Amino acid sequence: MSRHWHLEYSGNHAVLTLDVEGQSANVLSQDVLNEFDKHLEELESKMLAGAIIRSGKTSGFIAGADVREFVTITDPARATEFAQLGQQVCARLEGLPFPSVAVIHGFCLGGGLELALACTYRIARDDPGTRLGLPEVRLGIHPGFAGTVRLPPLVGDLSALDMMLTGRTLSAREARRLGLVDEIVPERHLLHAAETFLKSGTPRRKAPWYRRLPAWKPLRQGVVKLMSPRVRRKAHPDHYPAPWRILDLWRDRATEDREAESLGELLVSRTSRNLVHVFLLGEALKRQGKAQAHDIEHVHVVGAGVMGADIAIWAAHKGFRVSLQDRAPEILARAVKKAHGFFKSKLKDPRVVQEAMDRFMPDLEGHGLRRADLVIEAIVEKVGPKQELFRMIEQKVRPQALLATNTSGIPLEEIGEALQDPSRLVGLHFFNPVAKMQLVEIVRGARTSEAALGRARAFTGAIERLPLDVKSSPGFLVNRILMPYLLEAVKLVEEGVSLITIDQAATEFGMPMGPVELADTVGLDICLSVAEELSGPLHIDVPAKLRELVGQDHLGRKSGRGFYRYDARGRRQTPAPEKIAVDVPVTERLVLRLLNEAMACLREGVVTDADAVDAGMVYGTGFAPFLGGPMSYIESLGVTGISHSLHRLLQEYGPRFNPDSGWSRPELLKRGLRPSGQA
Amino acid sequence: MNKVYIVDGARTPFLKARAEPGPFSASDLAVACARPVLARQPFPASALDEVIVGCVTPAADEANIARIIALRLGCGKRVPAHTVQRNCASGLQAVATAAERIALGRAQLVLAGGTEAMSRAPIQWNTAMAGWLGKLLRARGPLDRIQALARFRPSLLKPVYSLLLGLTDPLVKLSMGQTAEILAHRFNITRETQDVYALNSHRRLAAAFDAGGMNAEVETLYDVNERFYTEDTGLRRDTDLEQLAKLRPVFDRQYGLVTSGNSSQVTDGAGMLLLASEAAVKRHGLSVLGEWVDHEWAGVDPSQMGLGPVHAVAQLLARQKMKMRDLQQLELNEAFAAQVLACQAAWDSAQYARAELGLDTPPGAMDPERLNPEGGAIANGHPVGASGARLVLHLLHALKRRGGGQGIATLCIGGGQGGAMLLRTEGNK
Repeated sequence: MSRHWHLEYSGNHAVLTLDVEGQSANVLSQDVLNEFDKHLEELESKMLAGAIIRSGKTSGFIAGADVREFVTITDPARATEFAQLGQQVCARLEGLPFPSVAVIHGFCLGGGLELALACTYRIARDDPGTRLGLPEVRLGIHPGFAGTVRLPPLVGDLSALDMMLTGRTLSAREARRLGLVDEIVPERHLLHAAETFLKSGTPRRKAPWYRRLPAWKPLRQGVVKLMSPRVRRKAHPDHYPAPWRILDLWRDRATEDREAESLGELLVSRTSRNLVHVFLLGEALKRQGKAQAHDIEHVHVVGAGVMGADIAIWAAHKGFRVSLQDRAPEILARAVKKAHGFFKSKLKDPRVVQEAMDRFMPDLEGHGLRRADLVIEAIVEKVGPKQELFRMIEQKVRPQALLATNTSGIPLEEIGEALQDPSRLVGLHFFNPVAKMQLVEIVRGARTSEAALGRARAFTGAIERLPLDVKSSPGFLVNRILMPYLLEAVKLVEEGVSLITIDQAATEFGMPMGPVELADTVGLDICLSVAEELSGPLHIDVPAKLRELVGQDHLGRKSGRGFYRYDARGRRQTPAPEKIAVDVPVTERLVLRLLNEAMACLREGVVTDADAVDAGMVYGTGFAPFLGGPMSYIESLGVTGISHSLHRLLQEYGPRFNPDSGWSRPELLKRGLRPSGQA
Repeated sequence: MNKVYIVDGARTPFLKARAEPGPFSASDLAVACARPVLARQPFPASALDEVIVGCVTPAADEANIARIIALRLGCGKRVPAHTVQRNCASGLQAVATAAERIALGRAQLVLAGGTEAMSRAPIQWNTAMAGWLGKLLRARGPLDRIQALARFRPSLLKPVYSLLLGLTDPLVKLSMGQTAEILAHRFNITRETQDVYALNSHRRLAAAFDAGGMNAEVETLYDVNERFYTEDTGLRRDTDLEQLAKLRPVFDRQYGLVTSGNSSQVTDGAGMLLLASEAAVKRHGLSVLGEWVDHEWAGVDPSQMGLGPVHAVAQLLARQKMKMRDLQQLELNEAFAAQVLACQAAWDSAQYARAELGLDTPPGAMDPERLNPEGGAIANGHPVGASGARLVLHLLHALKRRGGGQGIATLCIGGGQGGAMLLRTEGNK
């Protein structure tokens, strides 16, 4: 009967080890919970001094509830039942007639942490691999196994709200500081510490009274008021209800029953469905990044501009030895400073920072080429210099080295002309800022070999980014879909619609940043050059306003002025309110151009299926995750409706709204990345 | 004996020590210059058999600094490393030890060199202070503690500058500068000749940098505050005899001749070399900078430690049955202008040869044009542990540029020693 849990006795302690069958990480399915319940029932009647709960997986304690099981639940009542099952098991664990202790290593997330919260004590392994948190909110839900009830008394109300609202994970040390765990010890002392706690008779930990002050009834409403603006900045209540539910539950000191009921509603909501879709797409891309070995130790990056430096810094951060080449020591000096600042803020421990800095070699002469396993070119976006560089690189590198370009639009075939062996050239198209945007487009040129693509994907996976296969064609996937949307925004500016109106329309739709501000942030010169690159092949007009601003050296945030003005620290200044001409369908115009282009990409086979478009746009641009990506959005609106709207806009605004011929081919909407059969 | 080759190497720019600790630790410096050297080899860092580093005063958290450097360079846990110390010749000692290990057939690939962050030399509590602290810590009970506290005296706060101690001979209690004053007196070397020599050192180094002659050996160094260094920061392109003449003596303050202008500079820096056996050169297809031939150590009077090279070079030449004129170039560390000039005078002196070297005829001074032709420590500084490695590295590059031949790198060593290494190289084709 024991498929997932293994019960042993050591002295007068019970040791329950979770090792979920057929999975590399422990997840809490109904099956696992039911089995746990049976074990607990058996233990209840025994005369024991304590129980130790631990994981038999090297990957960690418990990674949470089984997200794959979520998509099979369509009825809120069923979802509530699932939460109640978890709550009952946790209550049984808490109610054991003897103390219990969770021994935690690696991931301890979501339902896994809630299970640990039901134990009397928690001991965590003191190493960087240990991460604890309640990330449910990222899937559009909130804790459902009584986490909202048990967490505040343990760590205090503000810390508990912070954990649940942001979904961020804590290191072992942070968890110890908050009181989330009772003790952190190295691997060698884990069991001894657990036994010591069981014998100690210490009462269950409680947050000190002052950390519980915010929960004092007269204060609660005020606390919620104070927190609301912060939550609103991250999560629009119409788009993301979960954080607001968390605040409600906390304000009302809700019971477990209400928690379960609320979870049931959220779990089957459109937002949660879409966020789970996006999450599973990310997992699918991660798997592609792990499908094969990359055999890469040393990465050589040429070009220490913003992208080159950020790629090099990120790769060194993720453990690769990196050399960063550029012509001028001034540029490299800037990159070294940036690297140091980044490592310091991310890694903190001085020795670990030093290790990262030692892996990061500024390289004026290009010494690193000699032993590089991967060379990434990130120089100016011009074919000539790129070809010249690759000609030089090919002479110096080892024959097995993989060559990559970070071009954002130049066809690989053209760059590859300079190479004797163009089959080893791939595109590794990163997005700015590299540390935030998870997507990397893996660009396949006509002559790129399968082996090169595989290694590129594996490298991308190894630096914890998501590899997405795209065909080498103008703008690849993400920039191409984004460009008509940005240019439409410029058109709207030309027509006299206020900047704020345009940007607000987009953010209210669910974009992380309005298109005008986005253009300013990317840099108008870069926008212009990409737009010009795409204008020919895609028959796009480049608005005069863009040329005009670039001509005046108003390049956006970096030059202090673009469409908006920025202060010395790069903060946007609010423009004076203007007369607003609002009978223009701003959102519709912006979004439909984007959707139309997404359809064109599918039809041309830039990517193989609709899932890839969703993954690319959400992870590469932050496209409204609660909508699940452009294709999921199309699915929810219905193709016919969109075609009608496009026709209407075509009549009114001209041929740029000409519906793509792909709209009449429903087979293009097939899903590919995720196993089919979801609701 | 197996042949020993020096395959490659690099040094950092030498950074003149200002009042406060410099931006790099000794291991930072060694890593910064060894990293590109290893990056451009066809074999991985883990293929090294050993790492040997000379360092006179590693920081308190840099015990066995060679091992720290090896691990930071990514050599991996299996590459052993040890640190050597022979004062000013520590870097030369590291190369010598590496060469001997390879010559004996005990190693194939060795990374060797020297590093020093003189600006970070620790300032310590004196022994009395340590005693007081110890008693305080051992005191039990409040009364005991008050009594222990009461034994405090302001004099306990007097710090010990390890840098100054290191530059003073512990037995004869003379500062290194004073030993140079003794040589100036003994060989009758005037203030002006010293200053002329010093000025020349700066001019030669400046010319070498301007002509791009240092590019092959000096690696640009980056700190974390967006600064970078491509040249030795002690190099004074603007100095002249008039300015040098204005400087006051620093060691014998009243009547002395040795000034900060005609002495080597207190600096931070590192130099690292890669040595290989003939088999390793063949196996990895390495191109070679030059060949190690032999080296020699000699002892002299600690109060005249600057004469160490006179003996070491004479003994080395005698063993190799060579004359001074057989050398294309001599790299003699410029601890002090007076000391370099004294060595030249001693090599020329028949009386010195008979009385001190036991030779009938003096070996003769080195042609001044072929002595430190790109300047020396007066212009670029003397990070004590690193200088020996710098001399070897520079000698090989310079010899190669000039068409090849044989040369000696030599240093005087605080405590009364001299070290000299004979190297040979083919010219650039």
